[in-house]
Amino acid sequence: MSARMPARHDKLKGKVQTRQLVEFDGVDFSYGANSVLRNLSIGFPRGKLVAIMGGSGSGKTTLLRLIGGQIKAHKGGVRFDGEEVSSMSHARLYAARRRMGMLFQFGALFTDLSVFENVAFPIREHLRLPEAMVKDLVLMKLHAVGLRGAHKLKPAELSGGMARRVALARAIALDPQLIMYDEPFTGLDPISMAVIANLIRRLNSALGATSIVVTHDVAESFKIVDYVCFLSRGEIVAQGTPEQMRTSNEPYVRQFVEGHIDGPVRFHYPAGAYETDLGLGG
Amino acid sequence: MNSAMVRGLRLVGQLAVDGVWRMGAASRFMSIVLRRSATTFRRIHLLIDEVYFAGALSLIIIVVSGLFVGLVLGLQGYETLKRYGSAEAVGTLVALSLVRELGPVVSALLFASRAGSAITAEIGIMKSTEQLSAMEMMAVDPYSRVLAPMFWGGFISMPLLAAIFSAMGVFGGYLITVVVIGVDAGAFWSQMQSNVDFWDDIVNGVIKSIVFGGAVTAIAVFEGYDAPPTAEGVSHAVTRTVVTSALAVLALDFVLTAFMFTGV
Repeated sequence: MSARMPARHDKLKGKVQTRQLVEFDGVDFSYGANSVLRNLSIGFPRGKLVAIMGGSGSGKTTLLRLIGGQIKAHKGGVRFDGEEVSSMSHARLYAARRRMGMLFQFGALFTDLSVFENVAFPIREHLRLPEAMVKDLVLMKLHAVGLRGAHKLKPAELSGGMARRVALARAIALDPQLIMYDEPFTGLDPISMAVIANLIRRLNSALGATSIVVTHDVAESFKIVDYVCFLSRGEIVAQGTPEQMRTSNEPYVRQFVEGHIDGPVRFHYPAGAYETDLGLGG
Repeated sequence: MNSAMVRGLRLVGQLAVDGVWRMGAASRFMSIVLRRSATTFRRIHLLIDEVYFAGALSLIIIVVSGLFVGLVLGLQGYETLKRYGSAEAVGTLVALSLVRELGPVVSALLFASRAGSAITAEIGIMKSTEQLSAMEMMAVDPYSRVLAPMFWGGFISMPLLAAIFSAMGVFGGYLITVVVIGVDAGAFWSQMQSNVDFWDDIVNGVIKSIVFGGAVTAIAVFEGYDAPPTAEGVSHAVTRTVVTSALAVLALDFVLTAFMFTGV
């Protein structure tokens, strides 16, 4: 998965196709004075499912937003299908986004639309199809996530897990090349979590898409992904297959995988001496 | 003393810089909304939905308020004019007060409270629940799909609401003075007809309501889009919409009145 692996180029229908669908090349990004990504270089191979893991504030979601072109790298480049995202025109960027799907942390469903209309939204916006075909497509997508029977419900009537599945059906409505998942397991019960994990794996295989899962759920993600990449303070600290990560001796990976409360990621937020704050100091 | 003065100056400077920055951000935002407005008119159902949301749903408050303002104007006008023996001129007083001033201004204030706050809240909540981001990631431009239709919906609704407000006010004035008090109906209508000028009074009133509609809706859409994505952020944005719109309407009213009716 690493960008350090030399990119292989194949001639496909006259277009040079790199082995990686998404590539980060020495990317720096910061919010004001807060540096989020530091000289990050990573590649996401076509057709693979990659998990990006790390604690809060490690730059995981920023990485997805850079791929989607919602923010621009301050240094370095982000390429999608060989094209630099930050230099795309507005029209080109929107054309690229049509080949991406994204599942937001809490689904981001349109609350005034029914489940059916939510899934139909990207289809209606981008394709001029007869209504009967739109209906068939939407029901097929909903069937794939097991919610065909819920198509008349409003988002307010769905559980967290169901809302996430509807959002997933909407994300795959246009059969994207790249599917990005932002914390797909957050706030779900174990059954819903297993359902979502299973769907992510199945849809990735069925669509032949490349998937990037930003998560900190070790158990579920290790079951389904091909590769894992650990981020800490905007830098890659470890990467490899789930098996390699399980046996890794990297202290950050060990803390994350085994759930230790203290380690490279400290339990206490940086503070002065405890005695001084309590007024006990001499 | 010196340091307090420096702190005060610094605060004033900071407020001024923030104000200029915000004006710049709002102008840039509105220029993007206007540039991406073509979709609004190409897909007319988007515009109709927003005219319904901003206009039709504001009808009750506009109709009821217009009626009561007309009733009060009729009563007050009759009591005052009676002293000078010209009670029949009450129709003119009611009509001129409404079409020149009260119709556009009061309906703009009501519009800001009802529709403006709703627009800000809807956009703010869409932003805080990542619906706008989701739209962007689906390659659907929120400026074209959500913000421009909302702006134009409000912009078109406001003059219509002001006209309805004025019409209801005149009807209220007629009810209280002609039907209840017994002023001659012929005098009420004929005085109004001969003293209200189409261009100087009605058209100027319509121009005012168009300007107010543009200002209130632009403020509402910008505040919603600019709101920090938290419950507190959206709540503050709604408050800012109502307060800023009210101040903008009153200030613009003064400027427009000075140009239109006093020949400045």
